[in-house]
Amino acid sequence: MATVEAVAGQMAHAHHDDRSFLRRYIFSTDHKMIGIQFLFACLFFLLVGGLLAMLIRWQVAFPGKPLPFGGIFPETMAPNGIILPEFYNALVTMHGTFMIFFAIMPLLVGVYANYLIPLKLGAPDMAFPRLNMMSFWLFVSSGIIMLASFFVEGGPSAAGWTVYAPLSAVPEYSGVSAGQQLWIVSIVFFAASSLLGSVNYITTVINMRAPGMTLFRMPLSIWSLFITAILALLAVPILAGALVMLLFDQTIGTTFFLPEHGGQPLLWQHLFWFFGHPEVYILILPAMGMVSDIIANGSRKPIFGYHSMVFAIAGIAFLGWIVWGHHMFQSGMNPLLGTSFMVSTMAIAVPTAIKVCNWLATMWRGNIQFHTPMLNATAFVAMFTVGGLSGIFMASNSLDIFIHDTYFIVAHIHYVLFGGSLFAIFAAIYFWYPKMFGRMMNETWGKVHFALTFVFYNLVFFPMHIIGIGGHMRRIYDPTQYTFMQPMQPMNRFITISAFLLFVSQIPFVINFFWSLFKGKKAEINPWRDNGLEWTVPSPPAHGNFEITPTVYRGPYEFSSPEVDEDFLPQTTPLNGDRRTAPEQVPGD
Amino acid sequence: MSDAVVMSGGVHAEPGMRVYNQKLGMWVFLTSEVMFFTGLIGSYLILRSAPGVEWALPGEVLNVPLTAFNTFILICSSVTMVKAFAAIESGDQKGLRLYLVATVVLGAFFVGVQGFEYYKLIEEGFLPHCGEELAALVPSCHLYGSTFYTMTGFHGTHVSIGVLCMIWVTVKAFRGKYTQGDHGGVEVIGLYWHFVDLVWILLFTIVYLI
Repeated sequence: MATVEAVAGQMAHAHHDDRSFLRRYIFSTDHKMIGIQFLFACLFFLLVGGLLAMLIRWQVAFPGKPLPFGGIFPETMAPNGIILPEFYNALVTMHGTFMIFFAIMPLLVGVYANYLIPLKLGAPDMAFPRLNMMSFWLFVSSGIIMLASFFVEGGPSAAGWTVYAPLSAVPEYSGVSAGQQLWIVSIVFFAASSLLGSVNYITTVINMRAPGMTLFRMPLSIWSLFITAILALLAVPILAGALVMLLFDQTIGTTFFLPEHGGQPLLWQHLFWFFGHPEVYILILPAMGMVSDIIANGSRKPIFGYHSMVFAIAGIAFLGWIVWGHHMFQSGMNPLLGTSFMVSTMAIAVPTAIKVCNWLATMWRGNIQFHTPMLNATAFVAMFTVGGLSGIFMASNSLDIFIHDTYFIVAHIHYVLFGGSLFAIFAAIYFWYPKMFGRMMNETWGKVHFALTFVFYNLVFFPMHIIGIGGHMRRIYDPTQYTFMQPMQPMNRFITISAFLLFVSQIPFVINFFWSLFKGKKAEINPWRDNGLEWTVPSPPAHGNFEITPTVYRGPYEFSSPEVDEDFLPQTTPLNGDRRTAPEQVPGD
Repeated sequence: MSDAVVMSGGVHAEPGMRVYNQKLGMWVFLTSEVMFFTGLIGSYLILRSAPGVEWALPGEVLNVPLTAFNTFILICSSVTMVKAFAAIESGDQKGLRLYLVATVVLGAFFVGVQGFEYYKLIEEGFLPHCGEELAALVPSCHLYGSTFYTMTGFHGTHVSIGVLCMIWVTVKAFRGKYTQGDHGGVEVIGLYWHFVDLVWILLFTIVYLI
């Protein structure tokens, strides 16, 4: 035993921090700081995306009315505060782009994969810390390029976030030239950032787990982030290749996606959705994983069906590769092929339902703690279920022909990405905030923020199902121009007012977030009485994470174990009869 | 960096893939590269096999003998790469340096020949978006030019980046940074180099020969 302790002493990683300010806070290679940097950057982009959404909602509810504070927009976007159709197209495009590529995806993967993977696995840092830093700065560059596209002639891309060719490939069609090119360049940078991140996450999960942390002792958050990294690794390069072809079509006169010289617009859609469908699981799987951690903690019970949860994540990830055609039912498709896409899409409901039932079974007769993270996590389960069920509607290719490109689709994606991913992100922010910053967020204001968000979120997005079934088009500039849509206008105004209130409801969160940074209650090491390895080190953890490489004895969900007095049992606490799995030999290097 | 190395030995961590991080990371990265080239090659095959698209016969536009020679050069560079790795495995510093320099030279030669080929083709009016002379020769010359330059161009970029990295590894080799026990850099760049070589064999077959 003595030798083991001696070895452990030699393996001390957390050491005195003598890095300069620049290396510590700006060009940091520490995965925790990179995660925090991602968090601030992504919250900024989330705000940008939200503001764009407000402009969209104003135009849909009050077409032709001047915007309040509309004078700040130039003549080419909104003369006298009245949004031009071209600018409206750009708003829709950029809202989707910012929310998907610069808010939700990096909030889940950039922030929490970076922050949690080494901490939860007992590693001192990522496998490639410098690549990790490069990943963050590539992300920032791509965000700046995307923002810059607002300021070039013709404005930002107006071809939708899916940038369908030939609309995106021929500048004359959308009236945007430089903006579209900047969009492409920005997303190529983003792809490079995502690639570096994925290589890091996968290598770290495979090779850098602490002794005893077997694959099936990993928390579900890490499982989902690991599988998400594999999805991103394989999907994003397809997008990068397709984007470069699109850029060539735009700039040097190639004709990959232009029909007049033998190119195929449908090829763009296939390439885009071959990336795009795995992408939607990139946007939801990490949320599912983190919610699993938080629900087990909030219910004070082991997660129900841990192995089935892991296999369900893997199943969803696999099925995600063979369903991309369901985005293209309207694009013209052999009905037999359409049917096979329909069946494979509906099959995704099976692993998804396994997960939902497991969350409910975890909560069943648990000693539920309604703290803010748990409230947001339960909201995730409920809202994601609604979004998942409407997903099955549109998977049916006959029904999809009716609801395609209507507000029903808008309702669906927002139930999944806002009701699902964003509630999970809020849950994760509240849950890991004390570990990140060493202070607690205010619980009362957290609950106020949750309640307002939950109510207004439903008031915004639920009516969209109804007007969608009524035939309200998805990206229409002026819904009053068709007689059949005029009766829906009161509901549109209701949605818009709710959307403004939803936006305002985020103010308590922002204030709580920044106020708590400086004035919040000091966090203990383990404020949520959780089992994970990150809760065994100080809040915030030192550079290098662990004084001594921890040894893991069990899975992460041993709540209310009869073997101990407390209702939690950390992964690193040895009980009588636990064999030490610590190394026998001194590392050679 | 040193923190990661302690862990990457796998000595006191839970057993992972039993390879060091840099090697595993390169394999993971190459998986991504496979998808990238799959996207490009798949698009090429779909565009080419569409009804109404007529392609040039092999050798009609492209200089197959020159590129066959170039392919041979690239395969030779893979051989020298293997020899370099074998040399350092047995502790032969001189052999390592010799074969690394040979690999750099062969790789750079490949890029040079490709540049020469591009120069000749553009001179003949073969552009990414079809030229007048080419239009008479190849019915679907737009797609022909677009796909040719995109695929070979991306491959050429990969070789160029490989040559730059290889120069860096060679400089390190001359400074004696690699030893019989510690030469991960040589192995990792070798993986990349063989991958790029393999992609070229595929591209040469489907772009030039069929």
